[in-house]
Order: sequence, then structure tokens, then C-alpha cells
Amino acid sequence: MKRFWGFVLKEFLHIFRDPRTMLILFGMPIVQILLFGYVITNEIKDIKIAILDQSKDPVTIELTNKIISSGFFILDRNIKSMNEVEDVFKEGNVRQVIIFESGFGRKLKREGTANIQLIADASDANTANLVVHYTMAIIDDFVREQNKLTGSPIQFIPEVRMLYNNELKGVYMFIPGIMAMILILVSAMMTSISIVREKELGTMETLLVSPLRPAQIILGKVTPYIALSFINAVTIIIMGNLVFGMPVQGSIILLLAESILYILLGLSLGILISTITKTQQNAMFISLFALMLPTILLSGFIFPIENMPKILQWLSILMPPRWFITIIKNIMLKGTGLMYVWKETLILIVMTSVFLGLSIRKFKIRLE
Amino acid sequence: MSEQKETIITVRNLVKKFGNFKANDNLNFEVFKGEIFGFLGANGAGKTTTIKILCGLWAPTSGEIKVAGFDIYNQTEQIKRNIGYMSQKFSLYEDITVFENIRLFGGIYGLSRHEIAHRAADLMHRLDLEHSRDKLISSLPLGWRQKLAFSVAILHNPKLVFLDEPTGGVDPVTRRKFWDQIYEAADRGITVFVTTHYMDEAEYCDRVSIMVDGRIADLDTPSALKGKYGVKNMNEVFLKIARIKPDQNN
Repeated sequence: MKRFWGFVLKEFLHIFRDPRTMLILFGMPIVQILLFGYVITNEIKDIKIAILDQSKDPVTIELTNKIISSGFFILDRNIKSMNEVEDVFKEGNVRQVIIFESGFGRKLKREGTANIQLIADASDANTANLVVHYTMAIIDDFVREQNKLTGSPIQFIPEVRMLYNNELKGVYMFIPGIMAMILILVSAMMTSISIVREKELGTMETLLVSPLRPAQIILGKVTPYIALSFINAVTIIIMGNLVFGMPVQGSIILLLAESILYILLGLSLGILISTITKTQQNAMFISLFALMLPTILLSGFIFPIENMPKILQWLSILMPPRWFITIIKNIMLKGTGLMYVWKETLILIVMTSVFLGLSIRKFKIRLE
Repeated sequence: MSEQKETIITVRNLVKKFGNFKANDNLNFEVFKGEIFGFLGANGAGKTTTIKILCGLWAPTSGEIKVAGFDIYNQTEQIKRNIGYMSQKFSLYEDITVFENIRLFGGIYGLSRHEIAHRAADLMHRLDLEHSRDKLISSLPLGWRQKLAFSVAILHNPKLVFLDEPTGGVDPVTRRKFWDQIYEAADRGITVFVTTHYMDEAEYCDRVSIMVDGRIADLDTPSALKGKYGVKNMNEVFLKIARIKPDQNN
């Protein structure tokens, strides 16, 4: 055991003495989160909207004025009928159409409620979500003012429709996505590179001739990365929460446990990559092209899986990040427990075992 | 000269095949305790294969082999604890310090913290490296690194040390100095098994075996070999053997 820890210590020394490694390990997660977070939470300004006012009474005119004078929106045009809505969106300038039902003011007076429909172009899911939220906030504000004036409580019933992307995949997607990407990159790429480096330098031979067992060597190489990846996971969760308000509704212990499972998966992938490559460069290319690109493109991180061609949907089944993203989204956003994500968890466990099994076989063949 | 000498390596009918290719074709030899045994041959003659088998890295296809009294097939753990190894590629970690390297390998071979501190101090004193204790290996000149690598390879006082082309890419003066270190180790009773393709180094060995195409073409003391082939130095011995061999095959 003492042999083993001395070896682990040496591995930590390698990491802490290499500025590039340190940068990838700790700089990358923070920069990525800020980068994505900044792009996504960018404030909206001068968004073009269209209004279909079927009632044109004092109430709707006042509310329209309030929305347009807020500074967030510019009235691109008034439209006359529902048929025009589709065309307006297809032109591409208008992001949102606000529809007041006919007899809005009268209905409000008589029943205390009236309907507003907000239709947003959700092909850009994040903007659509922001636009709708801003509009709703303005409407709520208007309702409060009216209530104060009249004394009798009134209520607007907004109906929101997101066109082209009903469930708004993409929002809150980036923190789970970044977590999935960074953890697999750090654990798989960094471990494969560090194992292959020993092969390249010839120190692997020296280690194999020593009384250390092959399993101890591999374990010793990956142990520091388990620790560092875990620190990364925690950093991402904390930053997501503090900087971007990403909630953790479910059990934090479950969340961390799933992260560790995913890290182990990444490590076993890294070991597998290290058994099939001879140079650090190869290991890096394989990690980048086989892990990072698919993670971004096929895991649903950026592009909704439902909208992919069938073949790519099948391919995405093989992507570990897809399942991890589903799991942590469920835990963080919906607060679900293991009961609801056991299937995805099982998939990750099976994948980990397969990768480990394959690399043990590869490793043995190489030794004979 | 070897009547009462103990054997430390015994190789009987060693064969190692890669597919149809015989890298080691029926090798038979013994290495005696305390001697410097030169394992010579051209590149691709099968030296590295043999050394890997003797170190327990590769399994032989067939043959009976004992290293340091242990069987190569089922006692590799014991063998590994009793041997040292230094490869043609450099075997210390460049991005950690002199002392950290010593501590690492001392630890891997199961030395106690006290022993490590003691032997590290002794080693650095002998190599005149005391002022470089906390320097990174990468900052040392190649010759120093090599000396240090050898000292680290025998830090745990193995019965036997394998040197796989330890002097590759080094100038003759540094090579000569490196051999002084090998003699010192031999004086301490450590058997040295060294592969090389520098024929001047062959002169420094107690006995040499010359490998051609996976077989041992000849094995004796350098002076006996020179006498047998009627030449002045080992280089000519080697050239004669390497030239004769293919003719015999034809």
C-alpha cells in the first residue's frame, strides 16, 4: 500500500508541476462556464415584436404602450389576423407575437379575467425564453398597477406558445452539458495522455519491471484524476448555482454520486484509449474527436436529440454524456430521486464495465 | 574460471516466437553471481526480447528459465523484487526532483522512509549531487542523469541488475565513466547483465555472449574470443561472427 501511495504522490507532482495541465484542469471549467453563461444570459434589448390586437380598447392600447416603452422591445408591425403569424416568423426578424383576444377590455370589466397569447420563435430557445419572461414581467406589473387603481382584482391569463421547440430544450442545458463535457475530457483525455506519456518516455517499462502490479500502476495513475475531476464537478455545480442560479432541487449526494460514476466511466475510457495508442498526440486526438465533438454534437447538449436524423439518434444512444446529462438535469431541475434515473444510471454502469473489461483484456494481450 | 561460482541466471532451451518469427531460437546460457555479463548483438538480433523475458515482462514460448533462484513462469513477483532495471530509454522522471525520484523508486521497492533518507544522502554524496537534491532531473546534464538512473536502479541492492543499452547516445568519455560505476556495483556483489552494441564496451565485460538472428553465436571471455578468432579487438570478433553466420545458413 505504501508503494502505491508513493506512486500516487508522484502523479500529483507531475500534475502540479505542469502549468498546461493545471490550466486545463482548473482554468477550463471556469472559462467554459463563464463563456457559455455569458452568451446565454446575455440581456435582451430591442427585440422586434408584432402585435395582433383584436380588440383595440383603452386597456390593450395602454398595455401595448407599456410593453413598447420598456426598452426591451420594438414594435415591428401590427398584424390583422392569425394567418399572418406564421409569415411574420418566417421572415425571421420578429421574435414574438402578442395576441389580445377580441373584447379584451369588456371581458376584463365583466369577468375580471382576459386572455393574452404570447407566441415566441423558439428556434433560438434561450432568447425565446427570455423574451417571454420579460413580457410576462411587464404584464404582471401592469396588472398590479391596475389592481391598485381600480381596487377590484383583475387577472390576465397569458397563454404561452413556443414555436418550433415546444419544451425549450437548451435552457439550463449548458451547465449539465459543460459538466458532462469537462468531466469526460479531464478524466478520459488527461488520464490517457498521462499513461501514454509513461509509455513514450520508457518509464512504463521501468514500472512494469518493478514490484508494482500492473493494476496498481493504472490505479495509481488515475487516482489523482478522480480527485481532481471531483473537484471540477463541485466547482461547476457551485459556480452554476452562484453565478447563473442553476438550482439543485434534488439530493446533492445523489448528484455527486452520479458525477463520480460518470468520472469513473471517463477514466475507464481513458485507460482504454491509452491501451490502443502509442503517442500522447494520438491519445489527445482520439480523446478530442471521439469524446469532445460527439459530446457537444450528439449528447443533446446543444442540439435537441429529437430533431436529429434517426441514424444520429441511434448514435447518440452510445454517447455516455447523453445519459449523464439526462440524469443531472433531472436531479438539478426536477429534483427527482434515483427511482427516476435508475435506467440511465444502469446504462452508465454497464458502459463503465465494458470499457474496463476491454482495457484489461487489451492490457493483458500487450504484456504477453 | 567459473568452477565454484553460483549461477544467478539459468536459461535452458529458451524459445520466443512472434507468429512464425523466432526472436529467440533455443537459447542456452548461464550467468554467474557477481560477474559482468555482456549480451551483445546487432539491432534486431533478439537481445531486448531476451531481457524482457528475464525481467518477467514477457512470457517465453517455451524453455526453462530461472532468475535469482526463482522460476520465470510462476515466481515473477519474487524476481521483480530481486532485480534492478535500467532501459535504453531514460528511466527517471524529468519533471520531478532528484530526491523525489529517489524517494519514488525507493518506495516502490519497499524501502522504509529511514532507509530511503539514508541511502539517498549516501548516493548523492557519492555522485557529488548534494547541491542538486531539489533540482529537476531535466536540469541535469545527460551524463549525470545516467549515473543517477543507474544508482536509482540499484538503490534497493538487487542481486542482479539488467541494463538494456544503458549508454545509448552518449559520448565515449561519459561511457567510460559510466562503466566505472558498473564496476563499483559489481564489486558490491551485484551481478550485471548488460546489452550493448558498442564493441569497445564488450571489452569491459567478464564474459560476453554474441547473438545473431535470435541465436547465441558464441559465448566466452573477451580474451578467449579474441584468441579463438585470431583478432585484436572485440569489434573484429563481432564482424567475423556476424559474417560467418549467414554463410552457414545458406
